[in-house]
Amino acid sequence: MAFVAPKETYSGKVLSVNFGKDSNAVTIGGENTMPFLGFEGNIANKPVIAYEIQDIIPDDWPENLKKNYEGEWDNPARWAKFCQENLKARALALRLVGTHPDRENRSPQDAAKTVRDVLSAIDIPLIILGSNNVEKDSSVLVAAAEAASGHNCIIGKAQEGNYKTIVAAALAHNHKLIAMSELDINLAKQLNILITQMGFDKERLITDPMCSALGYGLEYTYSVMERIKLAALTQNDATMQPPLVGDVGMYVWKIKETAASETDLPQWGSLEERGIAWEAVTAVAMLIAGTNLLIMRHPKAVKAVEKVIEELV
Amino acid sequence: MALSGVEIFKLLPKTNCKKCGFPTCLAFAMKLAQRQVNLDSCPDISEEAKKILGAASAPPIRAIVLGTGEKAVKMGEETVLFRHDKKFINPCVLAVNIKDSLSDAELNKMVDKVLNSEMERVGQKLRIDAISIENASNDKARYEAVTKLVSSKAPDTPIILNCKDPSAAEAAVKAVADKKPLLYCATTDNADAMANIAKANKIPLGVCANGLDSLSTLTEKIKGLGVDDIVIDSGAKSAREIIEQNTQIRRSAIKKGFKPLGYPIINFLQREDPILEASIASLAIAKYASIVVLSSIEKWKNLALFTLRQNLYTDPQVPMQVEQKIYKIGEPSPESPLLITTNFSLTYFIVSGEVENSKVPSRLAVMDCEGLSVLTAWAAGKFSASKIAQFIKDSGVENEVKHRELIIPGYVAILSGSIEDKLEGWKVTVGPREANALPSFLKSRAA
Repeated sequence: MAFVAPKETYSGKVLSVNFGKDSNAVTIGGENTMPFLGFEGNIANKPVIAYEIQDIIPDDWPENLKKNYEGEWDNPARWAKFCQENLKARALALRLVGTHPDRENRSPQDAAKTVRDVLSAIDIPLIILGSNNVEKDSSVLVAAAEAASGHNCIIGKAQEGNYKTIVAAALAHNHKLIAMSELDINLAKQLNILITQMGFDKERLITDPMCSALGYGLEYTYSVMERIKLAALTQNDATMQPPLVGDVGMYVWKIKETAASETDLPQWGSLEERGIAWEAVTAVAMLIAGTNLLIMRHPKAVKAVEKVIEELV
Repeated sequence: MALSGVEIFKLLPKTNCKKCGFPTCLAFAMKLAQRQVNLDSCPDISEEAKKILGAASAPPIRAIVLGTGEKAVKMGEETVLFRHDKKFINPCVLAVNIKDSLSDAELNKMVDKVLNSEMERVGQKLRIDAISIENASNDKARYEAVTKLVSSKAPDTPIILNCKDPSAAEAAVKAVADKKPLLYCATTDNADAMANIAKANKIPLGVCANGLDSLSTLTEKIKGLGVDDIVIDSGAKSAREIIEQNTQIRRSAIKKGFKPLGYPIINFLQREDPILEASIASLAIAKYASIVVLSSIEKWKNLALFTLRQNLYTDPQVPMQVEQKIYKIGEPSPESPLLITTNFSLTYFIVSGEVENSKVPSRLAVMDCEGLSVLTAWAAGKFSASKIAQFIKDSGVENEVKHRELIIPGYVAILSGSIEDKLEGWKVTVGPREANALPSFLKSRAA
């Protein structure tokens, strides 16, 4: 019996979204096949990894993560420059954790200043993320979007409870936007529809179906992402065609497996490699499920995933 | 390829004798097509029809068992391409490759690592399932000796005999044939000899070719030589080859019923850098490998790969559940707050994560609600006032905490009064509706 390669025909295509400026701008998405099936379609752009930095010293990061940035992270602009120059980051994600009411409750004006400082220190593309406090983000991200005007950033994350002001700000200052819903394909679809109904182009949108760490619900994210890609490609569902983001680092580096000491859990092996592998494996699973943009923290995990991407495309 | 009900009906006796338990042959045929009944229920079916229907009802990917006894592992029998369609059935086997050119001391060390690889996670015992012994020495006597050494040290661990030389393979197989090892591998050069060894010893045979076209030709040939239990390797090495070729194999078998590729897949994916190897292995586990052969099995790597495999092979229709108990977060004192939620794993992970973020040491009572989320469990009557009261009483938490205050999820605020009625001496406090509001809730109370 002769073998005939079983090819799918896809009626849809993932939209491509670019962010950043000039020759350093990057483009994600644009593929017309399920993840990495180059034999039946065109993978227009490789997935991109953005290094995460924060506006305040992240004292909750475990030692193995901390040691990579310790000398740099008391100043977000210096930290950003360090990632660009020493780690050769292709993109950055600035998380404005300090604006959270439970952290330093920094004002939108403070956030805007941090954004300006970071943008003047780097020339790679920037993702600007709030603290994930629904009310606070709606004012912080508006100020941040204005401060970043003209830089073609990605602003996020717009959620059901606050999308209106954030969408308006992204629209006014010409940014791209992450829309986040909670691990449900229908919620993701609904939020994308609400946002486009405000006049925001779906071509400027990125979907965050919500990430989960390996061992902590990863299978849900994995399947939601696969289903979104299938809807986009096989059913040509335009509302599901924006590229996907996996906010991997923040979910991975707060769990026990990346922080518990070897003295307490000798059966889990070396803590340093355990943490790196946990972030890398979570990120690879997200890639296979369809992620176009990853936000990560540990330089060695980023390097490993970049090697996988090189092998894949 | 699966037959339709009408196609099956044509092969049945059409007597409507009802001996199968169905009113008509057509009704029986319909059930057969859905694989809900067995062909044997029909006493009058002809041998010829049996043969046709038997072949058509065989699973698209053949089931193969590696090893014997308690540690034997089953592979294949998968029915879908995406885990959200239907559960992936037989979890990918994780194996480590050991070269026979290593010293005996190094070999012993590797086997010890395999024997000590077992760990428990969410109630399952997970381990490195198999050892691949590679004939790197090209020395027949050495290969046989190492095979004996490994099998006596790890008598229950399934073995893959990784050897292309039929004469070395024959000697090694003899030493361990009763353990049902996998002989790997038959190629276009040694197919006849390898097939004879596998057939004579009744063991499965790995078949390796370069690309899917020649692989199909080779499995057909091997099958023609009388070997039914086959494991296939398309020669894929790079991440791209693995995902593309594994996908084509799985699709051919499941969607096209293409028998020459209807077998479990084995991927050898050794890399120098163990983190990169773990990353590539993740990709193979996610995309259809039935055996992944690694070059190193550090504990941290095992933990990550076991967890990924467990995640991907959970049943999407059965919510993952965590054990019912009082979980301690941080180091709670008898005065620390006590919260309650359901045992849907996602609920547990999110709630416990946010409690952890609050840095307020707490107790989290996780109640068995058959893996439903708070609102669903409440609606289904599984997260009710009387059940919560009973659980708190039975849990023994009353001996652990000095206070008598229970924090319930904001979504079930309506239950607060009735829980107080049923749980004498307790005060019920309504917590936030969403988990992400827990840190500020707990902090403001602690202040």
